[in-house]
Amino acid sequence: MNYGPLLFLGILFTLASSWFGLVLMPNRQLGALVANTSTNDAGAVVVYPQARSGQAQQGAELYRSLGCIYCHSQQVRPEGFGADIARGWGKRRSVSRDYIYEPTVMLGTSRTGPDLTNIGERQSSAEWHLTHLYDPRITSKGSIMPPHPFLFEKRRIGAGGASTNALKLSGAFAVAAGFEVVPRPEARQLVEYLRSLKTSFDLPEAHLPKKESGDDANAKAAK
Amino acid sequence: MSAPAKPLSALMPGDVSDEHAKRALLAEIDASCRVPLLFFFVSALAWLLVGTALALVSSIKLHDPAFLAECPWLTFGRVRPAHLNAVIYGWASQTGIGVTLWLMCRLCRVPFVAPGLATVAALFWNLGLSVGIVGILAGDSTSIEWLELPRYATPILFFSYALIAVWGVITFRLRRERHLYVSQWYLLAALLWFPWLYATAQILLVLEPARGVVQGAVNWWFAHNVLGLWFTPIGLGAIYYFIPKVIGRPIHSYYLSVLGFWSLALFYNWNGLHHLIGGPLPAWMITVSIVASVMMLIPVITVAINHHFTMRGHFGKLKHSPTLRFVVFGAVCYTLTSLQGVANSLRGYSEIVHFTHHTVAHAHLGVYGFFTMVMFGAMYYILPRITGREWPSLGLVSLHFWACAIGLALYVGPLSIGGILQGLAMNDATKPFADVVAGTLPYLKLRTVAGLLLGLGHVAFVANLVWMLCRVFGPYRQPVVDLITGNESPAAVGK
Ligand code: HEC
Repeated sequence: MNYGPLLFLGILFTLASSWFGLVLMPNRQLGALVANTSTNDAGAVVVYPQARSGQAQQGAELYRSLGCIYCHSQQVRPEGFGADIARGWGKRRSVSRDYIYEPTVMLGTSRTGPDLTNIGERQSSAEWHLTHLYDPRITSKGSIMPPHPFLFEKRRIGAGGASTNALKLSGAFAVAAGFEVVPRPEARQLVEYLRSLKTSFDLPEAHLPKKESGDDANAKAAK
Repeated sequence: MSAPAKPLSALMPGDVSDEHAKRALLAEIDASCRVPLLFFFVSALAWLLVGTALALVSSIKLHDPAFLAECPWLTFGRVRPAHLNAVIYGWASQTGIGVTLWLMCRLCRVPFVAPGLATVAALFWNLGLSVGIVGILAGDSTSIEWLELPRYATPILFFSYALIAVWGVITFRLRRERHLYVSQWYLLAALLWFPWLYATAQILLVLEPARGVVQGAVNWWFAHNVLGLWFTPIGLGAIYYFIPKVIGRPIHSYYLSVLGFWSLALFYNWNGLHHLIGGPLPAWMITVSIVASVMMLIPVITVAINHHFTMRGHFGKLKHSPTLRFVVFGAVCYTLTSLQGVANSLRGYSEIVHFTHHTVAHAHLGVYGFFTMVMFGAMYYILPRITGREWPSLGLVSLHFWACAIGLALYVGPLSIGGILQGLAMNDATKPFADVVAGTLPYLKLRTVAGLLLGLGHVAFVANLVWMLCRVFGPYRQPVVDLITGNESPAAVGK
């Protein structure tokens, strides 16, 4: 194999093949996906997915900046493939349409922590999230998730008494008497983002499982 | 593609009958490489040390989350990508570029063209990367795996890479040697593939992000190909050069080399989407990647057979030549990591190990066990030739090898098993997640111990190099003798 130009062309054509196949083709096939409409219980039409509100979107930027993706995935695998659905990480598998409005798609490749696709449904309490972010071992014994004390401010309790939004810390995690820990705006944004993560909407390509009784899960999630 | 006239010409292209002229040319080539290569190698090693420190911090944090938790710059989600980018673009890419340029010059029989400008390119590479790593720690990471460097850092890297690749290609064009040795195919391919991958990913993920999960597809097409089409060809090109070189006999089979190269070129670049098995992408894309991943058995087995039969009867030489020891260790790890990669891409196995620490172990078997070890071997060969000084301490060489070899085994073995157990536990919905986490702790702690061993090896290597450089710039006390690099005398016989 002493012929330079042939080598050169071979090198270019081999990579060109997957460049068309795995880059351009997906772009053509998936790049045109749009939001879907579905009707909820009350007869209202819900559009899904929707772009995030400002506060939650700022939180998404923090999620990116702090590298939560290195321990948390955001994709639910199909029923029967792994235990994603059995663990309650989602009611249905994730599909391409779920991600069309994500500026940066953070599917993730690691589950050192649980999948967060539907954390907003599973855990809607902002107070829980704030406490967990401050130090995960307060809410989850034995957690190896990093504490994020820098998203909070530790300050002296003012003349007007403790702030209403101060974290309730006790035992080993309590701060010195006369001090309190309050969330900075960043902590609130991140929690808004986490609370916005929910995908329990019925889609033609991925239906929610039928519920035996009561209201439709779709309608519930849409509220 | 014409077969070589005689097999030996594959090993020693264009054997100049005039021994003197040949030696003079090789000495000239080595001397011309001195400044840019020393710059690439020394800065690569500096990044290796930085990367090792960042790795240790991340590793400790995973079993001791309170460690350095107060500072946002050192939170796990920033230190980990800083580690990855420091070792991938700072260490592995720079030493890979250095080895590539040297091999190109030698195999083409052309002295380094304008070494001063290449040194400037190296300077910019380090500048861009430093800006980028600080950016990641400051919170500007893109959180796109393997592409975390913030967008303001990448143009500097691009500029620098363009210069470097042009160097390689110019050298190739100026070649005075008609025969193209197998290493040259791989190196030329790497030089051309890398910018294509990086440019595509940078445009479709950072500058003008594609919609939705197309990003996932592009991300893994890119990230997997950085391994398969950048590091792998450089590593294999080096193995193909150094094994025959040190043991003094040609590659076993020319035809296996051809088959190995073209099957790698055809199949590897379709592999990436097996990182998204079970994910929210159309099934055909993932299936195509799984098929291509299984096809990788062809190049992997071909290359393994070719290297093994070249080495057959010469394994005794591993004892005396550090270059051979590191390179052969790397070649074995290449086979192992590739087979592991094929297994990981099968749906049933991926269902278990995807999302676990198993993947991290696999990545280290590839980038460390294979690529890094081969690069160490190459540096043991090249550095004495471009500096004209031997390695001062054989003890440090041994320490380097054994610390890295044992450290790697301790890293990859247990963490691979721990990852499988983690995956099995995670797929059992009756097991609370806290138990899954607790089950991984022993393996994560062992990983920190393994990391310390690897760090020890790196320090030994750097100490030896610093010692050697003191001799370069200090008074000349020692003749160039061949203590280490096998059966030929450096700087004298060369290629
Ligand atoms: C070192 C790995 C790691 C990193 C980095 C990490 N986490 Fe976690 N996370 C975990 C682990 C382990 C758990 C499970 C134990 C627990 O609840 O703390 C968890 C749990 C969670 C939970 C609760 C999930 C549930 O199902 O109850 C949320 C929410 C969460 N993490 C958010 C985040 C956010 C936001 C970030 C980034 C700022 C982050 N995590 C970074 C490891 C990590």
